Amino acid sequence: MSYRLLSVDKEELVTSPCLKERNYLGLSDCSSVDSSTIPNVVGKSNLNFKATELRLGLPESQSPERETDFGLLSPRTPDEKLLFPLLPSKDNGSATTGHKNVVSGNKRGFADTWDEFSGVKGSVRPGGGINMMLSPKVKDVSKSIQEERSHAKGGLNNAPAAKAQVVGWPPIRSYRKNTMASSTSKNTDEVDGKPGLGVLFVKVSMDGAPYLRKVDLRTYTSYQQLSSALEKMFSCFTLGQCGLHGAHGRERMSEIKLKDLLHGSEFVLTYEDKDGDWMLVGDVPWEIFTETCQKLKIMKGSDSIGLAPGAVEKSKNKERV
Amino acid sequence: MGLRFPPKVLEHILSFIDSNEDRNSVSLVCKSWFETERKTRKRVFVGNCYAVSPAAVTRRFPEMRSLTLKGKPHFADYNLVPDGWGGYAWPWIEAMAAKSSSLEEIRMKRMVVTDECLEKIAASFKDFKVLVLTSCEGFSTDGIAAIAATCRNLRVLELRECIVEDLGGDWLSYFPESSTSLVSLDFSCLDSEVKISDLERLVSRSPNLKSLKLNPAVTLDGLVSLLRCAPQLTELGTGSFAAQLKPEAFSKLSEAFSNCKQLQSLSGLWDVLPEYLPALYSVCPGLTSLNLSYATVRMPDLVELLRRCSKLQKLWVMDLIEDKGLEAVASYCKELRELRVFPSEPDLDATNIPLTEQGLVFVSKGCRKLESVLYFCVQFTNAALFTIARKRPNLKCFRLCVIEPFAPDYKTNEPLDKGFKAIAEGCRDLRRLSVSGLLSDKAFKYIGKHAKKVRMLSIAFAGDSDLMLHHLLSGCQSLKKLEIRDCPFGDTALLEHAAKLETMRSLWMSSCFVSFGACKLLSQKMPRLNVEVIDEHPPESRPESSPVERIYIYRTVAGPRMDTPEFVWTIHKNPENGVSHLAIK
Repeated sequence: MSYRLLSVDKEELVTSPCLKERNYLGLSDCSSVDSSTIPNVVGKSNLNFKATELRLGLPESQSPERETDFGLLSPRTPDEKLLFPLLPSKDNGSATTGHKNVVSGNKRGFADTWDEFSGVKGSVRPGGGINMMLSPKVKDVSKSIQEERSHAKGGLNNAPAAKAQVVGWPPIRSYRKNTMASSTSKNTDEVDGKPGLGVLFVKVSMDGAPYLRKVDLRTYTSYQQLSSALEKMFSCFTLGQCGLHGAHGRERMSEIKLKDLLHGSEFVLTYEDKDGDWMLVGDVPWEIFTETCQKLKIMKGSDSIGLAPGAVEKSKNKERV
Repeated sequence: MGLRFPPKVLEHILSFIDSNEDRNSVSLVCKSWFETERKTRKRVFVGNCYAVSPAAVTRRFPEMRSLTLKGKPHFADYNLVPDGWGGYAWPWIEAMAAKSSSLEEIRMKRMVVTDECLEKIAASFKDFKVLVLTSCEGFSTDGIAAIAATCRNLRVLELRECIVEDLGGDWLSYFPESSTSLVSLDFSCLDSEVKISDLERLVSRSPNLKSLKLNPAVTLDGLVSLLRCAPQLTELGTGSFAAQLKPEAFSKLSEAFSNCKQLQSLSGLWDVLPEYLPALYSVCPGLTSLNLSYATVRMPDLVELLRRCSKLQKLWVMDLIEDKGLEAVASYCKELRELRVFPSEPDLDATNIPLTEQGLVFVSKGCRKLESVLYFCVQFTNAALFTIARKRPNLKCFRLCVIEPFAPDYKTNEPLDKGFKAIAEGCRDLRRLSVSGLLSDKAFKYIGKHAKKVRMLSIAFAGDSDLMLHHLLSGCQSLKKLEIRDCPFGDTALLEHAAKLETMRSLWMSSCFVSFGACKLLSQKMPRLNVEVIDEHPPESRPESSPVERIYIYRTVAGPRMDTPEFVWTIHKNPENGVSHLAIK
């Protein structure tokens, strides 16, 4: 049985006009669809077709023989290129170190993922949209599974060098991840000696913002990363992106970018440590910060005057934000 | 010709019809039936808050007493939807406050709810009784206080897994001093401590209280004194169980539990030490629901507890139960209907827990009434799936998460196609299905063909090509929600089956290969769909052929959203960027 893709006989389809428009989909005129390899690539065909053929396959596939009925795309074969072969190899390095920062369970937008790959993007030609977007995460997953498989051959108990952290995978709610993290930090008989399950959520509030967020400190390795992630996260408040709450209740931020505010020192980032004291962020080494930080708060500069770097002043701010 | 009921008779008949699906059918018969139905519908369910406008709902159902609203797509639970996407409760609350002031119940899931919303609810609905917020965010304990203080007839206040700005435990003291009508109180997601004495007094003056779910800040001592005040509880969520084990503490706890003769549901149990579990033994024989999914307790202790739970219908547990533990469940818990097994170590690299597919096979064989499964496992086999399908054709919900993406059948190295084929074919009543592991397009051919009643389907890291989506969208007659991530299909099948999308509630795709051009075309051709491209970089700045990061498509009669953030593109935003060289003849 052959599957007739884009057959003009399909009268019943509402969108049949689309079916005629093969060109815009990047498909060349194909008289027979039975044996030819019709890619689902949407790009123009100036690219090396084979290289852009889309597939989620491992370079050493476990299943060399799988039949396809339709021959549209040949099955994964051992010599099949991985997705996005056009990424230069040097960027695989940064992609690897980027693993840690490819989020697992941080409830915010694109912050780190995109920051990490901005270097990668620069080195890929602009038209190669397919190649640079999307499955960096999937690619990482494939890569690290590859690595783990080679580790696994020697035994299961090595901690793999690059842990695959894919956004939202496995599909576990952040509430559960967070709860498990705080409870396993109490039962420290776990392997690795690493407290928690790799997530460390703290709440972040901001003066004038209608509601707070949570960030996972473990997805950052420096203050710089944390700071830019927070900028992105809270910029939606400053740019009036909070839906229809405009006139209702809480003070609204003026429409200046948070970034400018932070750089202009009108706002400072502070945190509450284990003793309940509010400190300015940035003075202790990052690792110590992650261990002691309980909550984050973006305060107006004027409110934070009493917080000299490292100051141990109690500043219990119980007022409504 | 044709039978005409006087409206009163029809009203009376309709008063026996609760199901909204049935009522929707009734309303399609003719205009007068539509009118009678709409005037008598009391419970309104809106599965997508952007599918219809608040004004339309309040206008259509003047007698609405209960509204259920869902906002963000399901994958928002796994952080795939960026913050600020939408799902704001305010327009709904505002509309209802103006038009439906006899509203009594509001249930919301994955929505942004602010303190203003809560204050408005408190101020506007005189007989407000039920507030259930699941996976919501945006409010603080001040908003809760407003509800507690003002809603004198409040029966149900449940905050389930919400992100709440916790300004302290004072909110509890805002409940009226006189006796309350509270039936259910769930504050398990709040962080800060509440005064136990306040809680005890509240519980003591709430004679109808049946369900109480505490937050982890409540200690064992607190729990003991609360149980003494409320031995009539049928549902209990404990606080934290972590405390130093003192002999008197244990016996007090044991005694407190043994006085709770009506307890049917138990949850919480954070940090429970195995030494405390025996205190629960007295309630086990009566338990129908047990949530041990936060209890890091090992298999032997779990089995010792579970073998006493002969009436158990719902069990949530972690993979620490191991295959052996599930074998015990299969032999002791013959009434089991729902099983969820969560990973104790969610990292992608494999764990050392001896939980395999065999555990689920045991339960499938031993528990005849099993109909709902959520199972996280490192790897699986086709053989196990065959057995599960054969033994449990009555499954209604089957969600298998093979944690390692692309993992084949680890015994045969084949994809799990045939296994899921068996599930789709064998389990005729399957309503919800999540697939994982190595799957080729064939798997979706089977699912498309056989999964006739599946309404919600979740797919990740699967398939080979457009065929996968083609199979699904040309089959799956009952499909309402489809969510897909990291699968290699592109535009073709999506455009070909655009009409199908109007029969569904929503379609989510992320990290697939759908191009911006296709999204624009779809938007143009299908005005009753909202096509949202969710991408940090404006898709207009890239070639039309480049794939977009995330797409959320849903049918709507409300027209375009007015509250989209920067990173959500819809065709309505930039009409001048519409289709140019893609002219349709």
